[in-house]
Amino acid sequence: MSDYDVIVVGGGPAGSMAAEAAAKGGAKTLLLEKDRDIGYPVRCGEGVGARALRQFMNPDPGMIAATISKVRMRSPDNTCVDFGQEDAGYILHRRIFDVALANRASKAGAEIETRAYVDGLLMEDDAVTGVKYQYMGQHRSLTSKIVIAADGVESRVGRMAGLRTSTKLKDMESGYQVTVGNIDVDQEMIDFYVGDNWAPGGYLWIFPKGDGMANIGLGILGIYSRYNSAHDRTHSFIKKYFPKATILASVCGGIPIGKTLKKITAHGLMLTGDAAHMVNPVTGGGIITGMQGGQIAGEVAALAIQKGNVSEKGLEDYPNRWHRTEGKTHEAFYRISQTIDTITDEQLNKIAHRLVKTPSSELSLLKIFTTVAREKPKMLLDVTRAFAGV
Amino acid sequence: MILVKDNRCDFCGTCVAVCPVDAIELREADISIIHDTCIDCDLCIWVCPIDVLTSDKPVEVENV
Repeated sequence: MSDYDVIVVGGGPAGSMAAEAAAKGGAKTLLLEKDRDIGYPVRCGEGVGARALRQFMNPDPGMIAATISKVRMRSPDNTCVDFGQEDAGYILHRRIFDVALANRASKAGAEIETRAYVDGLLMEDDAVTGVKYQYMGQHRSLTSKIVIAADGVESRVGRMAGLRTSTKLKDMESGYQVTVGNIDVDQEMIDFYVGDNWAPGGYLWIFPKGDGMANIGLGILGIYSRYNSAHDRTHSFIKKYFPKATILASVCGGIPIGKTLKKITAHGLMLTGDAAHMVNPVTGGGIITGMQGGQIAGEVAALAIQKGNVSEKGLEDYPNRWHRTEGKTHEAFYRISQTIDTITDEQLNKIAHRLVKTPSSELSLLKIFTTVAREKPKMLLDVTRAFAGV
Repeated sequence: MILVKDNRCDFCGTCVAVCPVDAIELREADISIIHDTCIDCDLCIWVCPIDVLTSDKPVEVENV
C-alpha cells in the first residue's frame, strides 16, 4: 500500500494544476515544493494570454498587475509596429497567482508541503515508486503509485529516473529581468525589442506592472550569453532608456525553448510543464502550456490509478493527449522559431517598414507573421498551423 | 574545474538544466559543483544569466 496515489514535485502552475486534476479524479495526492513559499521567488516575465487563461479561471483582480490591449514590436532600427488587441492579455502577480492555483489544488483535496527538497526517487526495477526528500534537514521518503515531475527547467526528477531531460545549449534562453519603479510606460501596452542589438536569439520585453512599475527583461540564446550576459545587457538597456528607473526586484532564469521531450512518461512517472519542455518556443511563454500539460497529466494519472495500470503503457494517454491538443501547435511554433533565428536585422527592419504602412486596425500577430513569411516563405504553412491552433 | 563566484548566485537552475551529466546540486540558497562528475564542458558558464560561474582552465590561445 502506497503512502499516496500521486506525488507532484514542484508547486508552480503545472504542478498545482496536476495536483488539482489528480485530486479531483479521486487520487490521494501530495504536492511537494522545494522553496519556503509557493509562488516565490518569481522566475517569470508574468505575461499571459487573456483568453487562454480564462480556459482555467476567471482571474481575481488581485492577481492582475496590468491588463494589456496594445502590442508594440520594435525592429532593430527602432521602427515601431503597433497594434491593438482588445483583451490581449494580463501581466500577472505570479506570487499571488501561484498561491491561488495551489489553493485550488488543496480545495480539491491535495496535501501540500513546502521546504521539501526532492533529492532522489524510490525505484523498483524500472518503476518509480516514490520520492526521497529533505525537510528542514530531515531525510524522508514517501511511496506513491505515480510521481508527477513538475520541477521546472532543472528537470532533475526525470533524470533521476533515467530520462534525458537536459536542455541543449541551442534550445536554452538565458533570461534576466528587473522589476522597476519610477518609469512612465503605457500600462496597457507590452513592448518588444527584437534583433541582435539587445537580445540575439530572443527578445527584450517591457511588461507594465501597474502604478509606474514594469518588468523589463530579456532572453538570449545561451550561445550569446558568455561574454555579455543577460544581466549586463538588461542593465545597459535600462541605463540607456530609463536612467531614472529604480530597481525593485531582479530575477534570472533559464527558458527551455526546444521541442517537448520525446519521452514524458516512464513507469510510475510523468513529466510536465517546463520540466517536459512545454514552453512555447516562439514566445518563451510557459504558464498556459504548463497548466495545460499539468491538467492532462493529473487527469490521466487519476484514471490510470483507477484502472490499476501505471506502467508507461498505462500512462500513454498523457503524451497522446498532449500531442493531439497542444503538441502539434508547439511543434509548428518550434519550426517557426528555427526560421526566425535565421532572419537578419536587415530583414527585420524591412519587415517592420512594410508593416508600418499597414493600417493598425488591420494589424495583428497573424498579419505580422504572414509578413515575416514573405521573407521566409517556408514559414507560411507553420504559421497557418500555429494560428489555427491558437 | 568549474567554480562558483562567491555570494553571487541567484539559484535559478539554468546551469542545472543544461548540465549534461547532472553535476550541479542546487537547493534553496545553496549551489555546489560535483567535481568528480563534472566533465568541464563549460555549458553552465555559457548560459548563466548573471555570469556567476567561471573556470580555472587556462584560456586556450590559438596560433601563439
